[in-house]
Amino acid sequence: MSILVNKNSKVIVQGFTGTEGTFHATQMIEYGTNLVGGVTPGKGGTTHLDRPVFNTVEEAVQKAGANVSIIFVPPAFAADAIMEAANAGIELVVCITEGIPVQDMVKAKNYLVGTNTRLIGPNCPGVITAGECKVGIMPGFVFKQGRIGIVSKSGTLTYEAADQVAKAGLGVSTAVGIGGDPIIGTTTKEALELFMNDPETDAVVMIGEIGGGMEAEAARWYKENAKKPVVGFIAGQTAPPGRRMGHAGAIIGGAEDTAEAKMKIMAECGINVVASPADIGKTMAAVLGK
Amino acid sequence: MNLHEYQAKELLKKYNVPVQEGFACSTVHEAEEAYRQIKNQSGSSFAVVKAQIHAGGRGKGTVKESGINGVKVAKNIDQITEFAKGILGGTLVTIQTGPAGKVVNKILVAQDMYYDGPSERKEFYLSILLDRTKKQNVIMYSTEGGMNIEDVAHDTPEKIFKEWVHPGGPLQGFQARKIAFNLGLSGEAFKNCVKFVTNLYNAYVGLDCGMLEINPLFKAADDKIIAVDCKMNIDDNALMRHADVAAMRDTTEEDPTEVEAGNHNLNFIKLDGNVGCMVNGAGLAMATMDMIQLSGGQPANFLDVGGTANAQTVEAGFKIILKDPNVKAILINIFGGIVRCDRVAAGVIEAYKTIGDIPVPIIVRLQGTNAEEAKKLIDESGLKVQSAIQLSEAAELVKQAVA
Repeated sequence: MSILVNKNSKVIVQGFTGTEGTFHATQMIEYGTNLVGGVTPGKGGTTHLDRPVFNTVEEAVQKAGANVSIIFVPPAFAADAIMEAANAGIELVVCITEGIPVQDMVKAKNYLVGTNTRLIGPNCPGVITAGECKVGIMPGFVFKQGRIGIVSKSGTLTYEAADQVAKAGLGVSTAVGIGGDPIIGTTTKEALELFMNDPETDAVVMIGEIGGGMEAEAARWYKENAKKPVVGFIAGQTAPPGRRMGHAGAIIGGAEDTAEAKMKIMAECGINVVASPADIGKTMAAVLGK
Repeated sequence: MNLHEYQAKELLKKYNVPVQEGFACSTVHEAEEAYRQIKNQSGSSFAVVKAQIHAGGRGKGTVKESGINGVKVAKNIDQITEFAKGILGGTLVTIQTGPAGKVVNKILVAQDMYYDGPSERKEFYLSILLDRTKKQNVIMYSTEGGMNIEDVAHDTPEKIFKEWVHPGGPLQGFQARKIAFNLGLSGEAFKNCVKFVTNLYNAYVGLDCGMLEINPLFKAADDKIIAVDCKMNIDDNALMRHADVAAMRDTTEEDPTEVEAGNHNLNFIKLDGNVGCMVNGAGLAMATMDMIQLSGGQPANFLDVGGTANAQTVEAGFKIILKDPNVKAILINIFGGIVRCDRVAAGVIEAYKTIGDIPVPIIVRLQGTNAEEAKKLIDESGLKVQSAIQLSEAAELVKQAVA
């Protein structure tokens, strides 16, 4: 079933009736995602895009059987939306919102401890299982169906990887954009672990960037648990230290934050590291002997 | 967003964190007035003059024009005048500013805390920041204050303590006591330190700080615990709920081109290379910079145009990149997802025509929705713009441009 989402996922949109929510909900429905409704407090009981609007996530779970939620609410309210979804028992929460204060995420992340909710993001493009279900803002047509998993901190770089994989004659099982913020729900290592255990994924593209220790953590885990080949790339080899490169979490603080250090650790752990982002697709094809 | 020491101290006072009192001054006259007030209040004729810039190492740094250090202790009004004249308007060069230095627009004239008293004076170090791995805030502290904490961490790591704070609540009493004990305090100083640390943590959370550093955290000879210096960074994402703090932004401390780019909703960082670039998405932008280097060039900038790459943003991007005389070529790399490539191409052509003759080669790589139509538009425009669809093709064109 690939990972995280498939054609049976019952998806709701938090921030359903807003501009962003409306636009991307329409796109998701066109892709074939089973979108069962949405939440906008105060607009419960109405319909939007031919689907019911609920006042609370709890109501959406009870009445529409939702088990996946995608969040488009503004930064000031996004952490609250994550906690509401977790409280209602949503299994997978994908938070697209960019610009959430870090201290809000510290609280939300702590709130998730002990629940059955998995968070993807925030500040991410979402998750797509090619040909089945899109819970995100990515252009669906780029993700040709296949057996390569993608985990990435960056949005457009995920599309780039999916495109190169397709050009190399391969396709994507599931692509997960985990987000570029300092505190995120699902880590690189966790996504990699899901792919290693997924019978429908043969190999994984792992894309990271400067800042934080997630890539090193994933690489060290992979060294002990490798079942399938991984092609890796780290963006920011030319980034100056101490500057935030667009993403709030993309900043070189310590020695293990640099692209060079991460690429070295990844290579030592058996990951096929590419120096140029233009080489992701062809390296994957070479690794798989295609 | 970084704050000046004087601004950070004003904010800390609102959270009942004791600070070294002082006045921010823009003129020599104001500095003299401030000195008189401090002298009246403290009864001491000593006062400290501190240059206000967004960089550390001020005490050891020197003002280019006058040769005076960025932090000076004055014994009398004449010295205040001398130091204020020597620092205000001058260019302070410290290990953190680079050789160009930073112009000092304000000085802080503050009370001298190193007065004599019944107990020994001590300097400690304390900072609060986010531990990304543990997803918790951590208080780092050391008995070795007043010096470079990186050196302490390197030479004597056993002298650095860490206290993680559970995200569910405030700093607990036992934690504040532990910190005060580990700093070797007792009696009044111990009690003052517990209060200080508790209030400081509240300030860190309440103000949405990204980083809060007190160095030195000072124990005066009368057992007062005081923030003598303060470095404060505020989470940019949280400025929406701190209008008063957002108003403290000092754009003179920032790169003027980066400020201008921000006004156009562009995320721009100036670098030293020869190939400018304009990209949608932060990750792809960094990857594009890396590719420029692998192709034999050096990136001149980071520029994320975000999700709306239209004629206006492209034009603004061109203008900002072209301000840099070192730029020998410009690479535009857009992966069109929701945004259609043919519209971006039309925007590039329109922006090119508006600006007129662009003196450097332009390479446009458009991939994604309607990429073929976009390439056709560029190729048929008659402009000196080279187009590519694959990233590897773009890399090859960059290689030729910088050869």
